[in-house]
Amino acid sequence: MSANKESWGSRVGLILAMAGNAVGLGNFLRFPVQAVQNGGGAFIIPYLICFLVMGIPLLWIEWSMGRFGGKYGHHSTPFIVDTMGKSRLWKYIGVFGIWTNIAVASYYCYLESWTLSYVFHSVVGTFSDLDQEGVSNFFNTYVSLGKSTFGIPYEPIVFFVGCLLLNTWILSKGLASGVERVAKIGMPLLIFFGIFLAFKGVTIEAGENGASFDSAVGLNFLWTPNFEELWSPTVWLAAAGQIFFTLSVGMGTVQCYASYVRSRDDIALNAMSAGWMNEFVEVVLGGAILIPISIGYLGVDRVTELVQSGGLGLGFRTLPYLFYQWGDFLGALAGFMWFGLLFFAGITSSLAMGTPWIGFLQDEFGWRRKSAAWSFGVIVLVLGMPTVLFFKYGVFDEYDYWAGTVSLVVFALCESILFAWVFGMGNGWREITSGADINVPGFYRFIIKFITPLLLIWVFLGSLFTPLNNDWGKAFAGNWVLDNGSIIKKIMNSGLKEQLAAATDPAQIEMLQDTMFFVNASRILLLGVWLTLALLVYIAYKKRVREGRI
Amino acid sequence: MNTAALVVMLTTLMLVTGLMLYFFWRVISAPPKPEPDSFLNNDEEDGRRNRKPQ
Repeated sequence: MSANKESWGSRVGLILAMAGNAVGLGNFLRFPVQAVQNGGGAFIIPYLICFLVMGIPLLWIEWSMGRFGGKYGHHSTPFIVDTMGKSRLWKYIGVFGIWTNIAVASYYCYLESWTLSYVFHSVVGTFSDLDQEGVSNFFNTYVSLGKSTFGIPYEPIVFFVGCLLLNTWILSKGLASGVERVAKIGMPLLIFFGIFLAFKGVTIEAGENGASFDSAVGLNFLWTPNFEELWSPTVWLAAAGQIFFTLSVGMGTVQCYASYVRSRDDIALNAMSAGWMNEFVEVVLGGAILIPISIGYLGVDRVTELVQSGGLGLGFRTLPYLFYQWGDFLGALAGFMWFGLLFFAGITSSLAMGTPWIGFLQDEFGWRRKSAAWSFGVIVLVLGMPTVLFFKYGVFDEYDYWAGTVSLVVFALCESILFAWVFGMGNGWREITSGADINVPGFYRFIIKFITPLLLIWVFLGSLFTPLNNDWGKAFAGNWVLDNGSIIKKIMNSGLKEQLAAATDPAQIEMLQDTMFFVNASRILLLGVWLTLALLVYIAYKKRVREGRI
Repeated sequence: MNTAALVVMLTTLMLVTGLMLYFFWRVISAPPKPEPDSFLNNDEEDGRRNRKPQ
């Protein structure tokens, strides 16, 4: 029998935990960069449409799947999906709902540990005497495990282990006393820090504190709509992708949290509340910090150049320096708030990633919460160390690509088909509306059955066969050459092979060969983890048969 | 800011903030369901402890 008798403490706590699960570093680092790269203000139109026709349906699907599985005592996706479809194979599709979380937590906790480390460095004033290049070099030295200001040997590893211990300890405290309590403290603080930084971001004046431009320049850059971009499939794919990552759908965490909700309680309104809270943090707060502050000091051209390498560089290499233009005190305070905000965004998500594995061990093997939580910590430590030690060889990116990107789309596509077509829309609709505190619009029945799965198929195929330079016009005209970023070319390591063929410097060739080795080794490791989890699910299934539970 | 950017920005911010507040308000103003519900903290509230499921 399941040893899992946990409950949420309060409804607000559940919503904050769900919103915390969704709100992550991407809300502040990924969204604004995606917006400026995809039509500025016009990006928001496909973004909000994708939220309405893909995000909200997926939230409802996952919340109701979780609550439905919870009725039968299931708190992780393999056996939640197993109760919904007759085929025995569904539980192996459900393995993605545990695997993704373990694999993502392995690199995400490392990322989270950077934010924790940067909080301390902001407080002690590490960045106060550094110029922009110095702050950027600090980051390079940090991730290459070089010596840091604190003088701690292997400081990133110390912070990574510390961060993981903190996560594990909170998880071991249980749902209401651990996860929910952190969400109740972390989310309000995150919003408070976000409002402070957003206020600073939108009130920059040229000539004050070394700023070169008014905030209006950055806001124009972010919000001026380029309506021509609305017809580009690339923009729509980017918007759909962003909705995916921001809501943490396709991971199995929403189902796990919702499995502790009783069958007569609401999920429709809860899902809307948590979903819109995430949108508020992303669009209102996330849009007012990174880009307006960076452009205020560096200008549009420099920021355009910097965003090509993503928001992580701007957030860690540039902002700590820019904050100090406001003076030593405000610089330290803003650094503390920025990295503190990212830390709370990170930890509320990483805690969610631990719960499916814990729920699985409790349900299937009768483990106690504490032992299950510590086993999660050990697994993430073992799987996470390669991302720390071999960061420069792309191990971190490889985990992010397969577990944090491809897997989400695959699992979400499968669960939407399972929910609407296998479980049946009649049953599904009953699950969504049962106990609902709002009237769920009837047209969502049609959207969930047809539009959401079709959109997900399109997102998946778009990622599988991405045309060269995202030039869909050329591709549809008959010249469909695959981009190195497409899943197919990624599997073949085409980008790396091209770089290797073009390289002439022996040191660079050696580096690329090592990268190739670590990229392939990461994939084998991740595949091994998936197969091990599938084996555990098989053993659990056999155990259930023996015990007469199936 | 230019007019187009201002219009898109303000419309979006007001829409997102308004809907976030509206749904959160609906949650906190919704009457609690009869016990046993999903939440531990309200179990000791007056008049809810001995209520039976409907």
